[in-house]
Amino acid sequence: MNLLGPFCQTLQDGSFVRLACEIAPRLLQGTATTFQLTVFAMVLGLGVGLLLALGRIYGNKPIYGLSTAYVQFVRGTPVLVQLFLIYYGLPAFEIRLDPFLAAIIGLGLNSAAYQAEYFRGAIQAIGRGQMLAARAVGMTNLQAIGYVILPQALRIVIPPWSNELIYTLKYSSVAYIITTPELMYTGQIIASSPRGPGAFRYFEVFLIVAVIYLVCVLVISKLLDLVEQRVKIPGLEMR
Amino acid sequence: MSSEYKVSSEASFVVRVADLHKRYGSEEVLKGVSFAVRQGEALAIIGPSGTGKSTLLRCINRLTEPDRGRIWLENTEITNAKTDINKIRQQIGFVFQDFNLFAHLTALDNVRLGLTKVKKLSLKEATERAMIELRRVGLAEQAQKYPAQLSGGQQQRVSIARALAMDPKLMLFDEPTSALDPELIGEVLHVMQDLADEGMTMIVVTHEMGFARSVCDEVIFMEKGVIVEQGPPEQIFTQPKQPRTQQFLSKISELYGRTSS
Amino acid sequence: MQRLEKLELIWQSLPLLGEGVLVTMTLTISLLGVGLLLGIPVALGQAYGPRPVRLLMSSYERFFRAMPILVLLIVCFYGLGFWGIYVPAFGTAVVVFGLHSSAYQSQIFRGAIQAIKEGQLLAARALGMSRLQAIRYIVLPQALRLSLPGWSNEYSGVLKDTSFVFAIGVTELTRQGWQIAMRTREIFLVFITVAVIYLILTYLGTWLLERIERRLSVPGLAGQRREEHGRVI
Repeated sequence: MNLLGPFCQTLQDGSFVRLACEIAPRLLQGTATTFQLTVFAMVLGLGVGLLLALGRIYGNKPIYGLSTAYVQFVRGTPVLVQLFLIYYGLPAFEIRLDPFLAAIIGLGLNSAAYQAEYFRGAIQAIGRGQMLAARAVGMTNLQAIGYVILPQALRIVIPPWSNELIYTLKYSSVAYIITTPELMYTGQIIASSPRGPGAFRYFEVFLIVAVIYLVCVLVISKLLDLVEQRVKIPGLEMR
Repeated sequence: MSSEYKVSSEASFVVRVADLHKRYGSEEVLKGVSFAVRQGEALAIIGPSGTGKSTLLRCINRLTEPDRGRIWLENTEITNAKTDINKIRQQIGFVFQDFNLFAHLTALDNVRLGLTKVKKLSLKEATERAMIELRRVGLAEQAQKYPAQLSGGQQQRVSIARALAMDPKLMLFDEPTSALDPELIGEVLHVMQDLADEGMTMIVVTHEMGFARSVCDEVIFMEKGVIVEQGPPEQIFTQPKQPRTQQFLSKISELYGRTSS
Repeated sequence: MQRLEKLELIWQSLPLLGEGVLVTMTLTISLLGVGLLLGIPVALGQAYGPRPVRLLMSSYERFFRAMPILVLLIVCFYGLGFWGIYVPAFGTAVVVFGLHSSAYQSQIFRGAIQAIKEGQLLAARALGMSRLQAIRYIVLPQALRLSLPGWSNEYSGVLKDTSFVFAIGVTELTRQGWQIAMRTREIFLVFITVAVIYLILTYLGTWLLERIERRLSVPGLAGQRREEHGRVI
């Protein structure tokens, strides 16, 4: 299973590098789960967040009230408590989710509240003039949103949105508390299993985990910066 | 290189500048400037924008470090590395083009801060002194207002009061009216004229030709980092010797029509 | 009847939750204090320090901002044990969260310093103030005021983050809720209550900070209000 196996055995027994080498494949698996978690949560957050934003801007009173209440509630409470509500609380209503799904829904619904605010900011930054102009050429409200407002809003929302992506990547580590098999939890399993190279070497295992997070965050931030530069349209920026 | 200023240590000179050079990157802004100002004299420095007038003024209290040349305040050499520049700056009042009043302090506190923190006066003494200066510039009633609540002209008067409170031997004005709306220029020039009449030694970089002509005792015309011409205002404004001075003055009067006001 | 019992359950657990609130708030306020004490020198170092200091401070900031706080907390928690240093979990949390927050606070503060016009410092120097005096009497009072909106954002961010100390066994609000929930099996109800308490703490804190901001406000010198309860990124 561990392709590095033969190579690892050339390293000094019990050393830190040997440990890193031996647990690397499992940690990488955990990292993959972390990325899946992040991406699914962001997509869920994008869909729900967009609806919330539209609800807060164009919705009638009840819709506006509901979406505002949702955004305020989520942004005023810790994501960990939200995860507990979903994973441990929902079974009271006969809804049982596995930890991975619960984490996606929890992180996604959490992110939605923040993404909603970024979208709202972006849509409002575009201004009423664009909406009026679209209506003036005979578009319906929905057409105007779809063809004129959103294409612009999605573009100027890229910088805050990529920040949100980094944020979700970092905070996906919280899912380990509800036993989602992502990077942190994988480290926890390795360190707490009495057999194997990482047995009870909590500090060293988590140190490696930390380095992986650090590298991922820095690399992805850099990539997102590049993407931002690419898709920038002159004159179309927030503020 | 005019060595006369270097050897002379006549007590009547408040400030002497000898062969001042300053370069920003490849551009030489000051190319050897020398002059001196006597006790009680008001000197105007005029000339086109970007000719180093403001840089020259800032070199005098070393807000900008000159590359070469020497400057004395009375008998202390400002440009000497051993001189405590903070001591010197207490004796030189500086008035900025855009006022630079401390945004978080009231007018009174703006004037008082240097007295309490730099001169270490007691709060009571500082307050008395600050109020005297605010009264002098006609703003005693505005003492408790913040800069944002004052007009540009009022702000500039507060900044003059702030400088005067330190009891300076010399006042430097860096285009003090350039950032003001036209209708507010008069009140500031008025305060400066009073100062000159009281015998304050001052150097004024200005585009107000009327002020330079009627208030100042001496005028320097500067261009491209050198002094082109220097003399009493009557001479500079009515019979300039250098063709460049003539050109500049006629252009200015075309633009503003204020040369002879 | 059953509904009444549930209400009573919540009522009875309020004292315990109150104890949790106390721990959560003590942690939040201490960590903000540590973050402030470290954050201001980091910001000043970045704004006014010589090149090596600037580089050091900005790598410090970048490191702590890239590292997930929960991961940092766990590593430090086990790290102390690994080196045989005994620190109570609460103390560990204050220090780790404080370091993490100092990176964010230094960024808030640095932004405020950059918003101060250059002329302010020049004018101070022209009066004969030393560089240090100018920073102390002119830059700091202005920058601190300009930072306040950013800080209320930071407050709401770290308040929520303190729930992560659950993982190292500090009995603050979330863990109190957990214990009550496990005992009574009314998990959903208990955590909704916990969530509402967090909501109240968030709004109470930002309301208080806004009052302070208004109290200290000076005409023409206002920090930019950013997203309330936004992500602290």
